[in-house]
Parts: sequence; structure tokens; C-alpha cells
Amino acid sequence: MAGGSKEIRAKIASVTNTKKITKAMEMVAASKMRKAQARMEATKPYVEKVKRVISHVAGAHPEYKHPYTQERDSVKRVGLVVISSDRGLCGGLNSNLFRKILPMLKQWQEAKVEVELALVGNKAKSFFRSYGGNVVATVSDLGDTPHIEDLVGTVKVLLDKFDAGDIDEIYIASNEFVNTMAQTPTVQKMVPLEAEAEAETHWDYLYEPDAKTALDLLMRRYIESLVFGAVVENAACEQGARMMAMKNATDNAGQMINDLKLAYNKARQAAITQELSEIVAGSSAV
Amino acid sequence: MAVSMQVDIVSAEGSLFSGKAEMLFAQAADGEVGIMPHHTQFISSLKPGQVRVVSGDEEDFFYVNSGIIEVQPSVVTILADTAIRAEDLDQAAAEEAKRRAEEAMDQAKSDTDIARAQVELAEAVAQIQTITKLRDRLHKTGLA
Repeated sequence: MAGGSKEIRAKIASVTNTKKITKAMEMVAASKMRKAQARMEATKPYVEKVKRVISHVAGAHPEYKHPYTQERDSVKRVGLVVISSDRGLCGGLNSNLFRKILPMLKQWQEAKVEVELALVGNKAKSFFRSYGGNVVATVSDLGDTPHIEDLVGTVKVLLDKFDAGDIDEIYIASNEFVNTMAQTPTVQKMVPLEAEAEAETHWDYLYEPDAKTALDLLMRRYIESLVFGAVVENAACEQGARMMAMKNATDNAGQMINDLKLAYNKARQAAITQELSEIVAGSSAV
Repeated sequence: MAVSMQVDIVSAEGSLFSGKAEMLFAQAADGEVGIMPHHTQFISSLKPGQVRVVSGDEEDFFYVNSGIIEVQPSVVTILADTAIRAEDLDQAAAEEAKRRAEEAMDQAKSDTDIARAQVELAEAVAQIQTITKLRDRLHKTGLA
């Protein structure tokens, strides 16, 4: 019986160590999340301002209609940008997103629409490596402070394909930051832009150097900023999800320690009782 | 009070300026433009250079690598690829970048190398110009 209590003691020690680690990871994630959230807030003005300019452009009466605002008649191929985290231990963040994507992939498959994937983050890369799929661009190891320069290439691959007519629509799948406890996986259409209600206006911009160059640049910046915004938001989601996962792990470890302590004390008491009864039995036998 | 317009200068990683101004200067695709309130709608790409925002007696300088300017009669938006407040520009770093670019141009073999070096050189020269102008102004106002 003494051997049993020794094993339990060793187990308690190991769970206590695990609890310390998960507690530390929880606190690290909490502090990183605050920074990631601040970065997320910092990117919002840019996206808002680009949207404002785009809505002005949509309200104008331009001589040149940009292809990104034109719906195509038939959709034969689509591009999908999937944004995931680089590292694990963040609960169901990535698997929830993939679970959201899979039915869409099936639907496209049934409709004979081919899908080209652009993947951000290691987790999406390894998921689609085992699931299969036509991956045309990947980028990973963006770190805690992603920069827009790191994403430009990946976005360009899809936009170039769109320009060439190889793909007809581009979607983006990422996690939306609801609050520190909740993240929602979402899939949105990026290109073509949802046409806004056009009020009849009769003004047009002065363009420098010309309408096509200026609007091309604007649209590219808009798409890039959307992807960048999603990546930054996903980073905040990752830290939030990790914080929650680690908090649960810490709580579970605490619960486990309590159970083990109870078992240990029971074993100890049983051993003492047994010893006593042996002594008593021994003395009465004399 | 003078007529003013809303000016927003944003880059992907943060907002740099948001407020009222009476005049704004920027390096548009075909040369420097000065924008006053009630300007006609205008949209252009930006060349590396400084953006100057005038509001009352105050002037704010920004350095923009490239980007887009959109002008509406009462709102001006600058979408900068990278923007820094001119005060943050480091003269030494800019000179160093210029030297590197010139060196690269000397050694450049392929066309793309030359093109890249030219862009770097243009950026460095624009940064130095912004610093020099800022310094002149500070001298005039007796701040430095």
C-alpha cells in the first residue's frame, strides 16, 4: 500500500508542474492578446478610410469601371484565402474554421467549381496537406506582429489570377474577434466587391496619372488591407483562444490535483489502519 | 474662422493624422499638388515625399513612401503605404539609405536591380528633403 501512495505523490508532483506551465502560458497569452488587440484597433482606421474612398468611387460616375466591381456571369473557379494560426495549443480555433470551410468546399465540388487555395499560417498548411486541395500560395511564420509586406505576395497571386480570368471570385476565411472569450469563424466574399446602391450622380474624379492606374492601385490596397486586417484579427483571436484553453487546462489540473490528494490521503489512512490492526492482532496473539 | 476640411492620414498599421486643416500639400503622380477646401474630386497615387498639412498657424509634416490621395470637397484622405511623422525621420538613416542606393546603382547589372535602386534612391532623397525643409523651418521659427 505504501508503494501506491508513493506513486500518487509522484503523479501529484507532475500535475503540479503541468499546472504551473499552463498557468504561465495563460498569462503570456493574456498579455500578448492585449497587444494584439491594440494592433487590431490600429489597423481599423485604414480599412475604414479605404472603404470610404471606395464608396465615394462607387458613387461617382467613372469613365472606367474596375473589374473588381464587376460580377462575372459564370463562376468556374474561385480563390479562397484561409487564415490560420502558426502554432497550436489554442483550443478549437483552427479546427472550427476548417469545419466551417469544408461544407463550402463540398458545395463547390458538387457545382463543379474548382477551388484555388491561398493559405496563411502553418496550421492551414498542414491541414490542407493531409486533406488535399489545390494550394497556389502559402505564407507562414508571421510572428506576433504581422506586417502587410509579408502578405502582399500571397494576395498578388490570387489577384493576378483574377485579372487573367483564371478565377472569378475570391473569398476569405478567418476568425472574427467577438470578445476575449469568443471567436467566430467567418467566410466572406472579397472580389468582386458587393455592388453598393448607386445613386445617380454626374461627377467624376480628376485622375492622376489616369483612371485605370489610380483605381487599380486603390483596389489592390483595399484587398491587401482586408487580408491584413483579417490576419491581425486572427492573431488576436489566437491569443484569446490560447488564453481560454490554458485557463481550462489550469482549472482541470487543479481539479486533478484535488482528486489525487484525496486518493493519496485515503491510501495513507488505509495503510495506517492496516498497520494498527496488524499490531493489535499481533499483541492479542501473544 | 477660415474654411477648413477634414484631413485623414492613415497607414495600414495605424492612423497618423485626423483633424481639420486649411491646406494640404502632397506629391501626386504628376507633381506637387496643393489642396484647399472645396477642391474638386481628385484621386491620385502618391510619390515618395512629404505631405504638409496646414491648419491655422500650425504645420504638420509627414513622410509618405507611396500611397493614394483622395480628395472630396470637404474630406481629404491619404492612404499611405508607409508613413512617418517628419519629426521621426532620422537624417543619418536617410543619408545611409541614399548612399546604399547609389552604390547599388553603380553595381546594378540587370534592369530590375536598377529599377529597385532608383526607387530606393528616390525615397532616400525625398526623406532628406523633408528633413532639410523641417530643419530650415525650425531655424526660422527659432526652435532649433
